[in-house]
Amino acid sequence: MRIHLTVNGSERELEVAAHTTLLDFLRDQLGLTGTKECCDLGECGACTVLMDGRAVNSCLVLAVEAGASAVTTIEGIGGDGRLSALQDAFIAKGAVQCGFCIPGQVMAAHYLLQRNPRATPAEIREGLSGNLCRCGGYMQIVEAVLAASEASATRPINR
Amino acid sequence: MQPFVYARPGTLSEALALLGEHGSDALLLAGGTDVVVGLRNRSLRPRVLIDLKGVAELRPAIVETSERLTISANTVLTDLGDDERIRTGFPALVEAMATVGSNQIRNRATLTGNICHASPAADTAPALLIYGAVVNLADARGTRRVNLAEFLVGPGQTTLQPGELVTSIELPAAVERRGASFARITRRRGVDLAIASLCCMVEANGRTRFAFGAVGPRPFLVADDSGVLADPGADAAAKDEVLQRLLTQASPISDVRGSREYRAAMLLVMSRRALRSAIERLQAA
Repeated sequence: MRIHLTVNGSERELEVAAHTTLLDFLRDQLGLTGTKECCDLGECGACTVLMDGRAVNSCLVLAVEAGASAVTTIEGIGGDGRLSALQDAFIAKGAVQCGFCIPGQVMAAHYLLQRNPRATPAEIREGLSGNLCRCGGYMQIVEAVLAASEASATRPINR
Repeated sequence: MQPFVYARPGTLSEALALLGEHGSDALLLAGGTDVVVGLRNRSLRPRVLIDLKGVAELRPAIVETSERLTISANTVLTDLGDDERIRTGFPALVEAMATVGSNQIRNRATLTGNICHASPAADTAPALLIYGAVVNLADARGTRRVNLAEFLVGPGQTTLQPGELVTSIELPAAVERRGASFARITRRRGVDLAIASLCCMVEANGRTRFAFGAVGPRPFLVADDSGVLADPGADAAAKDEVLQRLLTQASPISDVRGSREYRAAMLLVMSRRALRSAIERLQAA
Protein backbone atom coordinates (compact mmCIF):
# COMPACT_ATOMS: atom_id res chain seq x y z
CA MET A 1 0.00 0.00 0.00
CA ARG A 2 1.08 3.54 -0.64
CA ILE A 3 1.18 5.78 2.43
CA HIS A 4 1.72 9.49 2.70
CA LEU A 5 2.91 10.78 6.06
CA THR A 6 5.13 13.40 7.65
CA VAL A 7 8.23 12.18 9.44
CA ASN A 8 10.28 14.71 11.43
CA GLY A 9 8.77 17.52 9.39
CA SER A 10 9.45 15.99 5.94
CA GLU A 11 6.63 14.67 3.82
CA ARG A 12 7.21 11.11 2.71
CA GLU A 13 5.28 8.94 0.29
CA LEU A 14 6.27 5.30 0.23
CA GLU A 15 5.04 1.84 -0.62
CA VAL A 16 4.68 -0.37 2.46
CA ALA A 17 3.31 -3.86 3.09
CA ALA A 18 0.21 -3.81 5.29
CA HIS A 19 1.80 -6.21 7.78
CA THR A 20 4.70 -3.84 8.56
CA THR A 21 4.82 -2.07 11.91
CA LEU A 22 5.57 1.63 12.08
CA LEU A 23 8.72 0.62 13.97
CA ASP A 24 10.03 -1.57 11.15
CA PHE A 25 9.02 1.03 8.59
CA LEU A 26 10.95 3.79 10.37
CA ARG A 27 14.04 1.66 10.89
CA ASP A 28 14.19 -0.42 7.71
CA GLN A 29 12.59 1.77 5.07
CA LEU A 30 13.52 5.23 6.32
CA GLY A 31 16.81 4.28 8.03
CA LEU A 32 15.78 6.05 11.25
CA THR A 33 17.45 3.57 13.57
CA GLY A 34 17.34 5.80 16.64
CA THR A 35 13.98 4.22 17.46
CA LYS A 36 14.78 0.87 19.09
CA GLU A 37 13.16 -2.52 18.83
CA CYS A 38 13.09 -4.49 22.05
CA CYS A 39 10.08 -6.30 23.58
CA ASP A 40 7.70 -5.97 20.60
CA LEU A 41 4.82 -6.20 23.09
CA GLY A 42 4.25 -2.59 24.12
CA GLU A 43 5.79 -3.16 27.54
CA CYS A 44 9.30 -1.66 27.35
CA GLY A 45 8.81 1.66 25.53
CA ALA A 46 12.11 1.49 23.59
CA CYS A 47 10.21 2.09 20.34
CA THR A 48 8.34 5.21 21.57
CA VAL A 49 7.71 7.88 18.93
CA LEU A 50 5.26 10.76 18.74
CA MET A 51 2.31 10.32 16.42
CA ASP A 52 0.34 13.54 15.93
CA GLY A 53 1.96 14.78 19.13
CA ARG A 54 1.17 11.73 21.24
CA ALA A 55 3.63 9.16 22.55
CA VAL A 56 2.91 5.70 21.14
CA ASN A 57 4.70 2.37 20.98
CA SER A 58 5.65 2.15 17.31
CA CYS A 59 5.81 -1.66 17.61
CA LEU A 60 2.03 -1.66 18.18
CA VAL A 61 1.15 0.61 15.26
CA LEU A 62 1.01 -0.59 11.67
CA ALA A 63 2.72 1.71 9.20
CA VAL A 64 -0.51 1.87 7.21
CA GLU A 65 -2.31 3.20 10.30
CA ALA A 66 0.14 6.11 10.39
CA GLY A 67 -0.85 7.24 6.91
CA ALA A 68 -1.70 10.98 6.98
CA SER A 69 -0.10 11.31 10.43
CA ALA A 70 2.83 13.42 11.58
CA VAL A 71 5.46 11.20 13.21
CA THR A 72 8.37 12.51 15.28
CA THR A 73 11.26 10.23 16.15
CA ILE A 74 14.30 10.81 18.35
CA GLU A 75 16.11 12.09 15.23
CA GLY A 76 13.57 14.92 14.99
CA ILE A 77 13.39 16.04 18.60
CA GLY A 78 16.31 18.52 18.52
CA GLY A 79 17.00 20.81 15.61
CA ASP A 80 19.74 21.30 13.01
CA GLY A 81 22.04 18.70 14.50
CA ARG A 82 21.62 20.14 18.00
CA LEU A 83 20.23 18.32 20.99
CA SER A 84 17.03 19.42 22.71
CA ALA A 85 17.20 20.81 26.25
CA LEU A 86 15.77 17.52 27.45
CA GLN A 87 18.52 15.52 25.71
CA ASP A 88 21.11 17.89 27.20
CA ALA A 89 19.63 17.22 30.62
CA PHE A 90 19.95 13.44 30.09
CA ILE A 91 23.67 13.92 29.40
CA ALA A 92 24.20 16.39 32.23
CA LYS A 93 22.60 14.10 34.79
CA GLY A 94 24.43 10.96 33.63
CA ALA A 95 21.11 9.35 32.70
CA VAL A 96 22.57 7.53 29.69
CA GLN A 97 24.30 4.27 30.49
CA CYS A 98 24.15 1.61 27.77
CA GLY A 99 21.80 3.98 25.94
CA PHE A 100 19.48 1.47 24.35
CA CYS A 101 16.33 2.61 26.15
CA ILE A 102 17.20 6.31 26.00
CA PRO A 103 15.54 7.30 22.70
CA GLY A 104 12.28 5.87 24.03
CA GLN A 105 12.80 7.47 27.45
CA VAL A 106 13.45 10.85 25.84
CA MET A 107 10.37 10.63 23.61
CA ALA A 108 8.17 9.55 26.52
CA ALA A 109 9.62 12.31 28.72
CA HIS A 110 9.15 14.89 25.96
CA TYR A 111 5.48 13.92 25.75
CA LEU A 112 5.15 13.94 29.53
CA LEU A 113 6.57 17.48 29.81
CA GLN A 114 4.32 18.69 27.00
CA ARG A 115 1.29 17.47 28.94
CA ASN A 116 2.58 18.45 32.34
CA PRO A 117 5.41 21.02 32.17
CA ARG A 118 5.75 21.14 35.97
CA ALA A 119 5.73 17.39 36.59
CA THR A 120 6.78 16.30 40.08
CA PRO A 121 9.22 13.39 40.58
CA ALA A 122 6.25 11.12 41.37
CA GLU A 123 4.46 12.21 38.21
CA ILE A 124 7.63 11.68 36.17
CA ARG A 125 8.04 8.14 37.52
CA GLU A 126 4.39 7.41 36.77
CA GLY A 127 4.59 9.02 33.33
CA LEU A 128 7.66 6.99 32.39
CA SER A 129 6.34 3.71 33.78
CA GLY A 130 6.00 2.42 30.23
CA ASN A 131 9.76 2.72 29.65
CA LEU A 132 12.11 0.12 31.06
CA CYS A 133 15.86 0.63 31.62
CA ARG A 134 17.79 -2.59 32.12
CA CYS A 135 20.80 -0.67 33.42
CA GLY A 136 18.53 0.43 36.24
CA GLY A 137 19.36 4.10 35.77
CA TYR A 138 15.93 5.32 36.78
CA MET A 139 17.10 7.84 39.39
CA GLN A 140 19.21 9.76 36.91
CA ILE A 141 16.51 9.61 34.27
CA VAL A 142 13.97 11.16 36.67
CA GLU A 143 16.54 13.79 37.68
CA ALA A 144 17.14 14.64 34.03
CA VAL A 145 13.44 15.06 33.27
CA LEU A 146 13.02 17.14 36.41
CA ALA A 147 15.96 19.33 35.37
CA ALA A 148 14.38 19.90 31.97
CA SER A 149 10.95 20.68 33.38
CA GLU A 150 9.61 24.19 33.77
CA ALA A 151 9.84 23.84 37.50
CA SER A 152 13.59 24.22 37.21
CA ALA A 153 13.70 26.23 34.00
CA THR A 154 15.41 29.10 35.79
CA ARG A 155 18.23 26.85 36.96
CA PRO A 156 21.02 26.41 34.42
CA ILE A 157 21.79 22.86 33.35
CA ASN A 158 25.43 21.89 33.86
CA ARG A 159 27.03 20.53 30.73
CA MET B 1 3.40 -11.25 10.93
CA GLN B 2 1.51 -12.98 8.18
CA PRO B 3 0.33 -10.86 5.26
CA PHE B 4 -3.25 -9.61 5.27
CA VAL B 5 -5.37 -7.16 3.36
CA TYR B 6 -5.76 -3.85 5.16
CA ALA B 7 -9.16 -2.20 4.79
CA ARG B 8 -10.04 1.24 6.08
CA PRO B 9 -13.78 1.77 5.58
CA GLY B 10 -15.12 5.34 5.85
CA THR B 11 -18.62 4.54 7.04
CA LEU B 12 -20.28 2.10 9.40
CA SER B 13 -22.24 0.44 6.59
CA GLU B 14 -19.01 -0.13 4.64
CA ALA B 15 -17.38 -1.64 7.73
CA LEU B 16 -20.36 -3.93 8.36
CA ALA B 17 -20.44 -4.97 4.69
CA LEU B 18 -16.75 -5.95 4.86
CA LEU B 19 -17.36 -7.82 8.10
CA GLY B 20 -20.32 -9.63 6.57
CA GLU B 21 -18.41 -10.47 3.41
CA HIS B 22 -15.28 -11.87 5.09
CA GLY B 23 -16.81 -13.44 8.21
CA SER B 24 -14.29 -15.19 10.38
CA ASP B 25 -11.47 -14.25 7.97
CA ALA B 26 -11.88 -10.64 9.09
CA LEU B 27 -10.53 -8.99 12.22
CA LEU B 28 -11.49 -5.58 13.59
CA LEU B 29 -8.75 -3.10 14.50
CA ALA B 30 -9.21 -0.11 16.80
CA GLY B 31 -6.22 0.96 18.95
CA GLY B 32 -4.27 -2.18 18.10
CA THR B 33 -2.58 -2.58 21.49
CA ASP B 34 -3.87 -6.14 21.78
CA VAL B 35 -4.45 -6.88 18.08
CA VAL B 36 -0.95 -6.05 16.82
CA VAL B 37 0.60 -8.23 19.55
CA GLY B 38 -1.65 -11.08 18.39
CA LEU B 39 -0.78 -10.49 14.73
CA ARG B 40 2.92 -10.64 15.52
CA ASN B 41 2.79 -13.82 17.61
CA ARG B 42 0.39 -15.27 15.04
CA SER B 43 -2.34 -16.07 17.52
CA LEU B 44 -4.39 -13.82 15.18
CA ARG B 45 -4.22 -14.65 11.47
CA PRO B 46 -6.88 -12.62 9.65
CA ARG B 47 -7.13 -12.49 5.88
CA VAL B 48 -8.62 -9.00 6.11
CA LEU B 49 -7.87 -6.46 8.83
CA ILE B 50 -10.65 -3.88 9.09
CA ASP B 51 -9.34 -0.65 10.63
CA LEU B 52 -12.30 1.11 12.25
CA LYS B 53 -10.48 4.41 12.82
CA GLY B 54 -11.68 5.82 9.51
CA VAL B 55 -15.36 5.10 10.23
CA ALA B 56 -17.18 8.44 10.48
CA GLU B 57 -19.86 7.18 12.89
CA LEU B 58 -17.23 5.81 15.29
CA ARG B 59 -14.90 8.81 15.40
CA PRO B 60 -13.70 9.75 18.90
CA ALA B 61 -16.53 11.46 20.78
CA ILE B 62 -18.19 11.63 24.19
CA VAL B 63 -21.79 12.74 23.80
CA GLU B 64 -23.77 13.90 26.84
CA THR B 65 -27.54 13.86 27.30
CA SER B 66 -29.49 14.21 30.55
CA GLU B 67 -29.69 10.41 30.74
CA ARG B 68 -26.20 9.27 29.81
CA LEU B 69 -22.73 9.75 28.38
CA THR B 70 -22.15 7.86 25.14
CA ILE B 71 -18.54 7.01 24.37
CA SER B 72 -17.88 6.18 20.72
CA ALA B 73 -15.86 3.07 19.86
CA ASN B 74 -12.74 4.93 18.71
CA THR B 75 -12.36 7.07 21.85
CA VAL B 76 -8.95 6.40 23.44
CA LEU B 77 -8.36 6.10 27.18
CA THR B 78 -6.23 9.27 27.38
CA ASP B 79 -9.10 11.38 26.05
CA LEU B 80 -11.59 9.75 28.41
CA GLY B 81 -9.31 10.33 31.39
CA ASP B 82 -8.95 14.01 30.41
CA ASP B 83 -12.69 14.59 29.98
CA GLU B 84 -14.17 16.73 32.75
CA ARG B 85 -17.60 15.01 32.55
CA ILE B 86 -16.01 11.59 33.03
CA ARG B 87 -13.74 12.89 35.81
CA THR B 88 -16.68 14.40 37.70
CA GLY B 89 -19.30 11.72 37.17
CA PHE B 90 -17.23 8.53 36.97
CA PRO B 91 -14.10 8.96 39.11
CA ALA B 92 -13.62 5.23 39.74
CA LEU B 93 -13.47 4.69 35.96
CA VAL B 94 -10.82 7.41 35.72
CA GLU B 95 -8.79 5.65 38.43
CA ALA B 96 -9.16 2.33 36.62
CA MET B 97 -8.20 3.72 33.21
CA ALA B 98 -5.09 5.34 34.67
CA THR B 99 -3.80 1.84 35.47
CA VAL B 100 -4.17 0.48 31.92
CA GLY B 101 -0.67 0.07 30.51
CA SER B 102 1.37 3.23 30.04
CA ASN B 103 0.82 6.66 28.49
CA GLN B 104 1.87 5.10 25.19
CA ILE B 105 -0.79 2.39 25.52
CA ARG B 106 -3.53 4.75 26.71
CA ASN B 107 -2.86 7.04 23.75
CA ARG B 108 -3.90 4.21 21.41
CA ALA B 109 -6.11 1.84 23.41
CA THR B 110 -9.86 2.33 23.32
CA LEU B 111 -12.39 1.61 26.06
CA THR B 112 -14.37 -0.47 23.57
CA GLY B 113 -11.28 -2.51 22.70
CA ASN B 114 -10.56 -3.21 26.35
CA ILE B 115 -14.08 -4.62 26.72
CA CYS B 116 -14.11 -6.57 23.43
CA HIS B 117 -10.76 -8.21 24.27
CA ALA B 118 -12.67 -9.56 27.30
CA SER B 119 -9.71 -10.31 29.50
CA PRO B 120 -10.80 -11.50 32.95
CA ALA B 121 -8.30 -8.91 34.22
CA ALA B 122 -9.55 -6.01 32.03
CA ASP B 123 -8.88 -3.01 34.25
CA THR B 124 -11.83 -0.92 33.10
CA ALA B 125 -14.44 -3.68 33.42
CA PRO B 126 -15.13 -3.52 37.20
CA ALA B 127 -15.65 0.26 37.03
CA LEU B 128 -17.89 0.01 33.96
CA LEU B 129 -19.91 -2.71 35.71
CA ILE B 130 -20.61 -0.72 38.86
CA TYR B 131 -21.61 2.30 36.76
CA GLY B 132 -24.09 0.11 34.86
CA ALA B 133 -22.45 0.44 31.43
CA VAL B 134 -24.43 -0.57 28.35
CA VAL B 135 -22.81 -1.77 25.12
CA ASN B 136 -24.27 -0.63 21.79
CA LEU B 137 -23.86 -3.08 18.91
CA ALA B 138 -24.57 -2.90 15.21
CA ASP B 139 -24.73 -5.39 12.37
CA ALA B 140 -26.06 -5.20 8.81
CA ARG B 141 -29.62 -5.75 10.03
CA GLY B 142 -29.72 -3.18 12.80
CA THR B 143 -28.60 -2.32 16.30
CA ARG B 144 -29.05 -3.69 19.81
CA ARG B 145 -28.11 -2.79 23.37
CA VAL B 146 -26.65 -5.19 25.90
CA ASN B 147 -25.74 -4.63 29.54
CA LEU B 148 -21.99 -5.04 29.98
CA ALA B 149 -22.65 -7.68 32.66
CA GLU B 150 -24.27 -9.83 29.95
CA PHE B 151 -21.83 -8.86 27.20
CA LEU B 152 -18.85 -10.38 29.02
CA VAL B 153 -19.03 -14.17 28.93
CA GLY B 154 -15.58 -15.60 29.70
CA PRO B 155 -11.88 -15.24 28.88
CA GLY B 156 -11.79 -13.60 25.42
CA GLN B 157 -15.49 -14.31 24.97
CA THR B 158 -18.35 -11.87 24.57
CA THR B 159 -21.87 -12.09 23.20
CA LEU B 160 -20.70 -10.25 20.08
CA GLN B 161 -22.18 -12.18 17.14
CA PRO B 162 -20.57 -12.83 13.74
CA GLY B 163 -20.98 -9.76 11.58
CA GLU B 164 -21.50 -7.50 14.59
CA LEU B 165 -19.37 -4.75 16.09
CA VAL B 166 -19.52 -2.44 19.10
CA THR B 167 -20.34 1.15 18.16
CA SER B 168 -20.29 2.76 21.61
CA ILE B 169 -20.44 2.30 25.36
CA GLU B 170 -22.98 4.16 27.44
CA LEU B 171 -22.65 5.31 31.02
CA PRO B 172 -26.05 6.08 32.59
CA ALA B 173 -26.24 9.34 34.57
CA ALA B 174 -26.35 8.94 38.36
CA VAL B 175 -29.82 8.58 39.83
CA GLU B 176 -28.75 8.42 43.48
CA ARG B 177 -25.98 10.33 45.22
CA ARG B 178 -23.05 7.92 45.31
CA GLY B 179 -19.40 7.31 46.11
CA ALA B 180 -17.19 4.88 44.21
CA SER B 181 -13.65 3.64 44.48
CA PHE B 182 -11.26 1.42 42.51
CA ALA B 183 -8.58 -0.89 43.94
CA ARG B 184 -5.98 -3.06 42.24
CA ILE B 185 -2.92 -5.07 43.20
CA THR B 186 -0.06 -5.86 40.87
CA ARG B 187 3.43 -7.34 41.24
CA ARG B 188 5.05 -4.05 40.33
CA ARG B 189 3.69 -0.54 40.33
CA GLY B 190 3.30 0.68 36.77
CA VAL B 191 2.73 -1.42 33.68
CA ASP B 192 1.49 -4.82 34.84
CA LEU B 193 -1.61 -7.00 34.71
CA ALA B 194 -3.79 -7.09 37.81
CA ILE B 195 -3.49 -9.90 40.38
CA ALA B 196 -6.93 -8.75 41.46
CA SER B 197 -8.96 -5.61 40.91
CA LEU B 198 -12.29 -4.32 42.14
CA CYS B 199 -14.64 -1.40 42.26
CA CYS B 200 -17.02 -0.50 45.04
CA MET B 201 -20.01 1.83 44.85
CA VAL B 202 -22.09 2.97 47.80
CA GLU B 203 -25.34 4.81 47.12
CA ALA B 204 -27.21 7.20 49.40
CA ASN B 205 -30.13 4.71 49.50
CA GLY B 206 -27.85 2.17 51.24
CA ARG B 207 -27.25 -0.07 48.25
CA THR B 208 -23.67 -1.25 47.82
CA ARG B 209 -22.24 -2.82 44.71
CA PHE B 210 -18.90 -4.49 44.10
CA ALA B 211 -17.42 -5.61 40.80
CA PHE B 212 -14.38 -7.86 40.73
CA GLY B 213 -11.71 -8.49 38.10
CA ALA B 214 -9.04 -11.19 37.64
CA VAL B 215 -10.71 -13.48 40.21
CA GLY B 216 -13.01 -15.41 37.89
CA PRO B 217 -13.47 -16.24 34.21
CA ARG B 218 -14.99 -12.80 33.68
CA PRO B 219 -15.34 -9.56 35.63
CA PHE B 220 -18.62 -9.72 37.57
CA LEU B 221 -20.97 -7.68 39.71
CA VAL B 222 -22.41 -8.41 43.17
CA ALA B 223 -24.73 -6.31 45.31
CA ASP B 224 -25.71 -5.91 48.96
CA ASP B 225 -29.11 -4.38 49.64
CA SER B 226 -29.08 -4.98 53.42
CA GLY B 227 -27.57 -1.56 54.04
CA VAL B 228 -24.97 -3.00 56.41
CA LEU B 229 -22.00 -2.23 54.16
CA ALA B 230 -23.11 1.33 53.45
CA ASP B 231 -23.76 2.10 57.14
CA PRO B 232 -20.78 4.11 58.45
CA GLY B 233 -21.77 3.07 61.97
CA ALA B 234 -21.99 -0.70 61.40
CA ASP B 235 -19.25 -2.65 63.14
CA ALA B 236 -16.39 -4.21 61.24
CA ALA B 237 -17.37 -7.81 62.03
CA ALA B 238 -20.88 -7.32 60.63
CA LYS B 239 -19.45 -5.79 57.47
CA ASP B 240 -16.90 -8.57 57.10
CA GLU B 241 -19.68 -11.13 57.29
CA VAL B 242 -21.49 -9.50 54.36
CA LEU B 243 -18.24 -9.04 52.40
CA GLN B 244 -17.30 -12.69 52.92
CA ARG B 245 -20.68 -13.74 51.60
CA LEU B 246 -20.28 -11.55 48.50
CA LEU B 247 -16.78 -12.88 47.96
CA THR B 248 -17.96 -16.49 47.79
CA GLN B 249 -18.86 -15.64 44.18
CA ALA B 250 -15.19 -15.11 43.30
CA SER B 251 -13.35 -18.14 41.93
CA PRO B 252 -9.69 -17.10 41.82
CA ILE B 253 -7.10 -19.39 40.27
CA SER B 254 -3.35 -19.72 40.81
CA ASP B 255 -1.17 -18.38 38.01
CA VAL B 256 2.13 -16.55 37.44
CA ARG B 257 0.76 -13.42 39.08
CA GLY B 258 -0.47 -14.92 42.35
CA SER B 259 -1.92 -17.94 44.06
CA ARG B 260 -5.59 -18.67 44.60
CA GLU B 261 -5.14 -18.25 48.36
CA TYR B 262 -3.33 -14.93 48.02
CA ARG B 263 -6.00 -13.57 45.73
CA ALA B 264 -8.78 -14.66 48.08
CA ALA B 265 -7.04 -13.11 51.09
CA MET B 266 -6.31 -9.85 49.28
CA LEU B 267 -9.86 -9.56 47.99
CA LEU B 268 -11.17 -9.15 51.52
CA VAL B 269 -8.50 -6.58 52.41
CA MET B 270 -9.06 -4.64 49.19
CA SER B 271 -12.83 -4.80 49.59
CA ARG B 272 -12.67 -3.32 53.10
CA ARG B 273 -10.46 -0.47 51.92
CA ALA B 274 -12.49 0.26 48.81
CA LEU B 275 -15.69 0.25 50.88
CA ARG B 276 -14.25 2.76 53.36
CA SER B 277 -13.08 4.96 50.53
CA ALA B 278 -16.45 4.76 48.72
CA ILE B 279 -18.31 5.69 51.94
CA GLU B 280 -15.99 8.67 52.49
CA ARG B 281 -16.61 9.83 48.94
CA LEU B 282 -20.36 9.45 49.34
CA GLN B 283 -20.23 11.56 52.48
CA ALA B 284 -18.14 14.18 50.67
CA ALA B 285 -20.44 14.17 47.61
